[in-house]
Amino acid sequence: MSSGDLQANLALEFPGFELAVDLRLPGRGVTALFGHSGSGKTTLLRCLAGLERARGRVSINGEIWQDEKTFMPVHQRPLGYVFQEASLFPHLSVMANLQYGMRRVAATTLRVSLEQAIELLGIGHLLQRRPDRLSGGERQRVAIARALAVSPRVLCMDEPLAALDWARRQEILPFLERLHDELEIPLLYVTHAADEVARLADHLVVMDRGRALASGPLNETLARLDLPIQLGEEAGVVLQARIAERDQRWHLARAEFPGGSLWLRDSGHAIGDAVRLRVLARDVSLALTPQADSSILNRLAGEVDAVGEGEHPALRLVRVKVGDTVLISRITARSLAALGLAVGMPVWVQIKSAAMVE
Amino acid sequence: MSDDNLSALLLTFKLALIVTFLLLLLGTPIAWWLARTRSRLKGIIGAIVALPLVLPPSVMGFYLLLLMGPDGPIGLFTQALGMGTLPFTFAGLVVASVFYSLPFVVQPIQNAFEAMGDRPLEVAATLRAGPWDRFFSVAIPLAAPGFLTGGVLGFAHTVGEFGVVLMIGGNIPGETRVVSVQIYDYVEALEYGDAHLLSGLMLLFSFIVLLTLYSLDPGKRRTRR
Repeated sequence: MSSGDLQANLALEFPGFELAVDLRLPGRGVTALFGHSGSGKTTLLRCLAGLERARGRVSINGEIWQDEKTFMPVHQRPLGYVFQEASLFPHLSVMANLQYGMRRVAATTLRVSLEQAIELLGIGHLLQRRPDRLSGGERQRVAIARALAVSPRVLCMDEPLAALDWARRQEILPFLERLHDELEIPLLYVTHAADEVARLADHLVVMDRGRALASGPLNETLARLDLPIQLGEEAGVVLQARIAERDQRWHLARAEFPGGSLWLRDSGHAIGDAVRLRVLARDVSLALTPQADSSILNRLAGEVDAVGEGEHPALRLVRVKVGDTVLISRITARSLAALGLAVGMPVWVQIKSAAMVE
Repeated sequence: MSDDNLSALLLTFKLALIVTFLLLLLGTPIAWWLARTRSRLKGIIGAIVALPLVLPPSVMGFYLLLLMGPDGPIGLFTQALGMGTLPFTFAGLVVASVFYSLPFVVQPIQNAFEAMGDRPLEVAATLRAGPWDRFFSVAIPLAAPGFLTGGVLGFAHTVGEFGVVLMIGGNIPGETRVVSVQIYDYVEALEYGDAHLLSGLMLLFSFIVLLTLYSLDPGKRRTRR
């Protein structure tokens, strides 16, 4: 990641808000900018794109977009941008919307063809329609394809699903996963939804009050105990696993990860498929002895790695190492005392549920 | 119809066409600036543009007459260009009408630009469109209903003006005698027949213009296409 990365050192003040970040983000995969509303994640993205004029430096793959002396205007930055509302041009058809940006890019720099963008987002049947004849989900897919069609070097997405209902989100998420798998360019994804982070992100930046509290690979960052306070109920880890076995009788599948495996509801993945498992801290409990007389299917032997504060004084977050993988368990402070848990102690980790997110 | 009437009608529409064209040209940048600026001058400029809405036409005419007269700044300028002075000429009528109808064109366009917001322009910028490109490919098409309203209102208002014309233009047949002045003359001379004819035409025209304006629903037209 020496040259193929994105560096941003930005500062911007509004009345009552101050953004100050110094970030170095990977030049591939999905980076989630995560935080509550007002944390500055959208402002950060707008500054990167040049939509807000912040002080500081932005460079990508060594190309400088802005520094002390220069400020490249938005329309000269080779990026794609998807806004929260699709913001299609109402006076143009879907096809003309898609071509709007593409026609303004030198043909020699086009690496994504219009056909690819249309195919990737599955909008081939909508091309002649006008934007006001599309559903919310379709509109957002067209907006994403339109941003892709300019062959951006970075794709910025500002909460692209936030304005959609649950069903529309489920309709778009698979397309976003395809982007994640098929695009060679980095994707900056602003969101306040932890499930989108779990599903899409490779790299996580946690924003709070205009600062980046953390920036690092997804698993590493999620396993930090000083941050889950930000996540509250959503605290947990994401495991990269592989389907190892399927049990036809009980409709279960065993997903293997470095250090162990979990039985999950079989969601139709073939043996060998890579999957992401999201294990929330609130679904993980701890025991000193293996409890065979429990309904909980998944029990793993581990070792207490660290103990941190929960979002409530009654709660503690316990990080447990299971082989090479870490899990977080949320238990009460009273249980922590009753079990006498301390760093280095062997424990049994009981996982009530884990969701396959990909 | 008499030649006098015909020439007054033609002159009126010629004036209105030229004025509307100039107003769209001049009013668009003013409307754009007023819609997007954060300058403290916005209030002052906005008020100046709106003045003709409340000022008696005779007051406007009086000041324009002074400004464009032989000793006024505009008059000195036009004389230096070798054009003579503007009052009591068709050109003077055009200049006065542009001032007088300005708010009718600027305000609808300004409203349309304001209603559009920043987002479409930001989207266009992220799609590689530079400032001028954004203005012509996004702002103007999205503000089209405002341009239509402004154009129609500017045209109709110029056709209907009387006070300023009388102050600036006088009453020269074929040069500055527009329909409204012609009607005034007929009534003065008690020639009610001709007054009826022209007044009736103006009434019909104004009604049709307003009817067109009020039955245009840009939203509906767009979806029907």
